[in-house]
Amino acid sequence: MEDKHDSRQHRDQANVVDVIINGGGLVGLALGCALGDAGLRVAVIDRDDPATMLDAPYDGRSSAIAWASQQALAMIGVWDHVATQAQALLDIRVSDGASPLFLHYDHRELDGQPFGYMVENRHMRQALHARAAETSTLELIAPQSATQISRLDNGVSVQLSNKRELQARLLVGAEGRLSPSREEAGIQVSGWSYHQVGIVCTVRHELPHQGIAQERFLPSGPFAILPLMGNRCSLVWTETDALAPVMMALDDDAFLAEIGKRFGDYLGELALEGPRWSYPLSLQIADRYIDQRLALAGDAAHGMHPIAGQGLNVGLRDVAALTEVLVDAARLGLDIGAPDVLERYQRWRRFDNATLLAVTDVLNRLFSNDVEPLHLARDIGLAAVNKMPDLKKLFMRHARGTVGKLPKLLNGEPV
Amino acid sequence: MNLSPEQNNSPQHRPNSVDPDEISRFGALADRWWAADGEFVALHKLNPVRLGFIRDTALSHFTDKALNKPDSLKPLAGLRVLDLGCGGGLLSEPLHRMGADLVSIDASEDGIRAAKEHAAANGLEMDYRCTTAEELAAAGEQFDIVVAMEIIEHVADVNVFMDTCAALVKPGGLFFASTLNRTPKSYALAIVGAEYLLRWVPRGTHDWRKFVRPSELARGLRRNGLMTDKVTGVTLDIASGDWNRSDDTAVNYMLSAQRPA
Repeated sequence: MEDKHDSRQHRDQANVVDVIINGGGLVGLALGCALGDAGLRVAVIDRDDPATMLDAPYDGRSSAIAWASQQALAMIGVWDHVATQAQALLDIRVSDGASPLFLHYDHRELDGQPFGYMVENRHMRQALHARAAETSTLELIAPQSATQISRLDNGVSVQLSNKRELQARLLVGAEGRLSPSREEAGIQVSGWSYHQVGIVCTVRHELPHQGIAQERFLPSGPFAILPLMGNRCSLVWTETDALAPVMMALDDDAFLAEIGKRFGDYLGELALEGPRWSYPLSLQIADRYIDQRLALAGDAAHGMHPIAGQGLNVGLRDVAALTEVLVDAARLGLDIGAPDVLERYQRWRRFDNATLLAVTDVLNRLFSNDVEPLHLARDIGLAAVNKMPDLKKLFMRHARGTVGKLPKLLNGEPV
Repeated sequence: MNLSPEQNNSPQHRPNSVDPDEISRFGALADRWWAADGEFVALHKLNPVRLGFIRDTALSHFTDKALNKPDSLKPLAGLRVLDLGCGGGLLSEPLHRMGADLVSIDASEDGIRAAKEHAAANGLEMDYRCTTAEELAAAGEQFDIVVAMEIIEHVADVNVFMDTCAALVKPGGLFFASTLNRTPKSYALAIVGAEYLLRWVPRGTHDWRKFVRPSELARGLRRNGLMTDKVTGVTLDIASGDWNRSDDTAVNYMLSAQRPA
């Protein structure tokens, strides 16, 4: 690689890597940083220009970073770049509509560590790009797209739109819900639409939020208030298919008034900050996470309802598990794209993800309605959970992402 | 590279551990070594536990090699390694990727051909030789690590083979073996279970009478000045399908020994 005299050789060398990751979003780049950190040679391909990706209008969402995810991001050197932009989640309050009964998770009941952090996606993207630039074994190739993928017994090759050809032991599809590498492999997805839309925006408020997140189960779906740095909150407002376009079409004052009805006045005056976005909500899970010389990660493998704020966290679990499986194999000299190795990843993640998807789905179905007996049952349920410390601690550990057989990175251990 | 033995000292007149029946049986399956659904799937599954044992033991033994760290991708860098009875190269390719300066030998022409073809298809530059341990020893070759995995149960004369293996280990070097113990349990599992009931390996792969007890192996090594260091069992975790190191040496086991410097 250091050979400056022979640029041809340099180019050929750089085109043979260990892993090609298609998709340089949050999950793809985090995986690239993790694998690169362990010494594997990685190429990350993204079709979008990095300059555009780092712009505020590209992605206005924020992500809940569970405590375990934060540990993993710290281990791979990403957290340092975003720590000052991260709002700690100290308290989670779950309530059911106007009902006075609510579930209260206080971080002091566990061990004083926050449940997690709220980070704006653009800040997370900046941190990942900064870490990627520091990682000598990682090359981010963007804007470029994979025009041809050939997965063979002995390896995979990917041709880019500029005719450059990359070769690797393994291709990872991390392109999100509409994953071209998943489709190329003929992997089917199962799932359904919720006939709901997630409206996302940021509000400024008068009074400090004190790190408290609120999740309100309203008849049309959950309404989440997630604290950001400063006197700001990110809102995830789930609305029905029918009503969402109406809300999105309102002018700012009317839109803010609708928010006020759901938000309340506990933080004083509200003001909109920046644009609003809407995303149709659906659940999908790939029938397989692996194929010959291919592994799927993040939304390419599973997309879920954002009710539990677990989307990116689940993606980072994929990252941590896949990193551990691949790095363990590489340190034994094994072919990291061989079927045995990929099976290990699928076995680890698939059950975990399917369980979380099912739980999330049941929660949403239970709460997104106004049927009276159900209403009563879930109110009693919420109050009961609040009274049972052990069950509550389990839920709290779930919110933190520390339930199940954790990959080392999520425990804050090196791979 | 010395591929051929000296012509005036014909191999037929030297004690030889090669069993021609065994060689022809594996030769006939040579094209199947790397098949994902082939006869050698059981060996593929055993690879991680075998490689982990070799790597971890080597890392704690060769402490003078400053580059050798547990998180290294080349933990065997700078070590001259011999893979005895390499077959299609299932163990050789990972040893090579771990940075070993590797020589891989097998008495089967077909096995060596399959190994060379697979290495070429994967862009690996390997040193595969169709020869015997006795010929290498006669040529005076010595190695930091000699690996004899799943081979002892297939040789014609265990004592001759152990003498030869020992001669190939440099002073201060390591010897590794994995094989099947000769116990009632190994008869039940490795012959009746693996060959007849589960069909993990082709019938006739193993002859139970050729299985070797760890104590017999250790005695053969001690006679040649090698001290047995570790003996560890290898057992299957049914739930995960992974083979792990364990205390149960009744069926599959691995052994490491060192030659004093």
